Amino acid sequence: MQTLKDVKPGQKVKVVKLYGHGPMKKRIMDMGITVDSELFIRKVAPLGDPIEVNVRGYELSLRKSDIDIIEVEEVAG
Amino acid sequence: MSIKIALAGNPNSGKTTLFNALTGSNQFIGNWPGVTVEKKEGKLKGYKDVKIMDLPGIYSLSPYSLEEVISRNYLLNEQTDCILNIVDGSNLERNLFLTAQLLELGIPVVVAVNMMDVVDKSGDVINIQELSTHLGCPVIPISALKGTGIQDAVKAALNAAEKLTIPSPLMKLSGKVEAALASIVSMIDAPSFIKRFYAVKIFERDSKFVETYKAPSGAEAIIASVEKEFDDDSESIITTDRYRAISKLIGSVLKKKKSVGLSISDKIDRVVTNRFLALPIFAVVIFIIYFVSVTTVGTWVTDWTNDGLFGDGWHLTGGEAYEAAVGDYEGEGAKVEAYLAAADKAGIDTAGISETLEAEEPNEEVVSGFIKEASAANLTAETEIKDEDGNVTETLPVSLADFETALAAEEPAPEEFGVWVPGISALAASGLGAIGTSEWLSGLVVDGIIAGVGAVIGFVPQMLVLFLFLAALEACGYMARIAFILDRIFRRFGLSGKSFIPMLVGTGCGIPGVMASRTIENEKERRMTVMITTFMPCGAKLPVIALISGAVFGGVWWVAPSAYFLGVFSVVISGLMLKKMRMFASDPSPFLMELPAYHVPTVENVLRSMWERGWSFIKKAGTLILISAILIWFLSSFGFTEGGFGMVEDLSQGLLANIGGAIAWIFAPLGFGTWDATVATITGLIAKENVVGTMGVLYGVAEVSENGEEVWATFASHFTLLSAYTFLVFNLYCPPCFAAMGAIKREMNNTKWFLFAIGYQILFAYLLALIIFQLGSLIGGGAFTVGSFFGFAALIFIIFMVARPKFRKPTQLRDVSQTV
Repeated sequence: MQTLKDVKPGQKVKVVKLYGHGPMKKRIMDMGITVDSELFIRKVAPLGDPIEVNVRGYELSLRKSDIDIIEVEEVAG
Repeated sequence: MSIKIALAGNPNSGKTTLFNALTGSNQFIGNWPGVTVEKKEGKLKGYKDVKIMDLPGIYSLSPYSLEEVISRNYLLNEQTDCILNIVDGSNLERNLFLTAQLLELGIPVVVAVNMMDVVDKSGDVINIQELSTHLGCPVIPISALKGTGIQDAVKAALNAAEKLTIPSPLMKLSGKVEAALASIVSMIDAPSFIKRFYAVKIFERDSKFVETYKAPSGAEAIIASVEKEFDDDSESIITTDRYRAISKLIGSVLKKKKSVGLSISDKIDRVVTNRFLALPIFAVVIFIIYFVSVTTVGTWVTDWTNDGLFGDGWHLTGGEAYEAAVGDYEGEGAKVEAYLAAADKAGIDTAGISETLEAEEPNEEVVSGFIKEASAANLTAETEIKDEDGNVTETLPVSLADFETALAAEEPAPEEFGVWVPGISALAASGLGAIGTSEWLSGLVVDGIIAGVGAVIGFVPQMLVLFLFLAALEACGYMARIAFILDRIFRRFGLSGKSFIPMLVGTGCGIPGVMASRTIENEKERRMTVMITTFMPCGAKLPVIALISGAVFGGVWWVAPSAYFLGVFSVVISGLMLKKMRMFASDPSPFLMELPAYHVPTVENVLRSMWERGWSFIKKAGTLILISAILIWFLSSFGFTEGGFGMVEDLSQGLLANIGGAIAWIFAPLGFGTWDATVATITGLIAKENVVGTMGVLYGVAEVSENGEEVWATFASHFTLLSAYTFLVFNLYCPPCFAAMGAIKREMNNTKWFLFAIGYQILFAYLLALIIFQLGSLIGGGAFTVGSFFGFAALIFIIFMVARPKFRKPTQLRDVSQTV
């Protein structure tokens, strides 16, 4: 299974499934990371964490420790 | 009839700009009860009876964040007549997620699509009519920044409030979810306009909602079957479905221009958060802020307020001429001294003349007698002119005539040069003296009240300069990048990357440092930052460090750096300890932060934000500071003497000295259990530099310079190396001055939290000093005593608190047969 944690900057992926429940999952989804949404990994912070992701047309910063619940698959382009 | 409009929207959607435009200066700013979240209310400009409530910026109405809970409680319980929902037109998709939830509350909604100027410029087209049809409520295009469309939005909101038009959105969730919601609706007993909202909350098993409203018994079976079908929990099903519906809507209302490369904001960001450039750029930005707000402009203005406005006075014009005159006068004085020294060398007795020159009215006979003698001896002298660094630049001969001229020179009075404005305390002192007020009353007014108010006001200018920068950083979007860059370091200590700024500013002055914590979104991180920011040694602590290092350590190089090192150490250790405490344990929540597009902030918004923060400090912290200053003044200037209770000559006879003597034993385990050290510690609470001045008074020196050079010898005789160091440690890390405590109280907005913060600081400083003194004594060859035992116990306690496992909040989640 590939999670958002494994994705390199510059790649584009599609969300397959979100694991977990409660506040953790809900807050991530509230920001627009839901099943079938497309994510573009823009960059990693200078110290290696967090990462910057473009989702639904805006920039969102996420910690690596929070994103292994997001299963993704690569999309072309 | 009065109308209440609630302004709701995402962070960074331009909500504050719109609120300012709607209300002008009719704003009331406070906090939501008991929490550190800001509450803003205002009156609609040009209307009599329309109130606007600015809700916190939120992304959703979930029960998981403080801001979201505050907002929905307000909307549900406060009989809002209309919700004015501001959405960012350049980021429509995510913004409409909140809108979709607001539409279900059974309250009239008007959607204002903001930043239309940006949208137009980018070439995108939003079909407003279509959007309005699908949302089932009026939609008004506006630009809060340019001021366009705002009046239309106001009219639409007032109209909706009056007609009570409940939104009827066409946007629907997927068939199976809608069917489930419909069956729940049929089971519940509630006013029809709010039924859908209740049904959705029951379906989501919203924890805050089901606390107050019991779900009908048949609902659970319906929910479970949908969950099974979708292979997800009900809350996530709704969220996913909402976004799906919004995506579909966006497809029909938003015509995106084919994107050509990166936007300007993206280009800026590629440089600013670049892997290699991010940290250097950050360092430069921080340096500029620190340099301007702490070292230059801030200090100038603060010095002027403290020494000019609340001191003797200041020159409006003619300041330079006055300085020059003072320089000349000092030159003449040097001539007199040189001449007298030469006379002394030549065997002429100078004792008489020296003494009479000290007096206010010199005895002319003595002077002329000396002149005769000097003239007989044909005495000349030389005086050396020195530059600023003390190097001799030229040597001037001093003849008898020069000496006589020099004698006649008079000290220049500041009021004779240009326009001199006397300071408030100088004015009050002379005014009260003129009308013959008693000594204690004049003391109360000048040394108690005016000095106290001065302590409040004195820091405001520096704070305003800093707040100006912070407001600009926040408004332009860079503040979020700072958190992005530094998050990795700070989250280890339970802090936010944005905690860096309060702490850095804290090395200048703790008050703006504490106030700067307001930029941190997470309440727990904010509270923790407020608690530990003042561990950084501020400017007022420098004289204390100079005193200890000069008097006891002979100016050895490592004392000052060790104070900073221990400050950083205290911050880190405190972070590690506090984040494990029950009160800082939070629901496991992800760190999600929007990185808003960069844009140029408006002057009005930046100035307004600066002013709001400065004013809230004066208002909320002022009382505490003033009362404390008066109390300490009273305790130090009154006492029991032979003549009974009354005003005393100096500090050593005052009540404070008695109190110091009574509680000095507390500090005995730290090595400085003397009454004078205790009194200095207490007066240090007014302002840290007072420690030095108090030492001067107590050791019988009338005036001490900034580093207290005059009392070094006496001071050294009262302390050992170790006890002097622990005295320094305790004074640096114990609660800061009253002004900073006032700021902490203001930011905590909760008496319990305020007391916890102060209590924690006292305890931490005490334990740290205890460990250093006791272990230091042992290493220095002392015997193992009860004190050493407690020293070790304190050390082990702190290590335990740092190393113990984190307190985990029991997850109060319902038992869902998750399929994960």
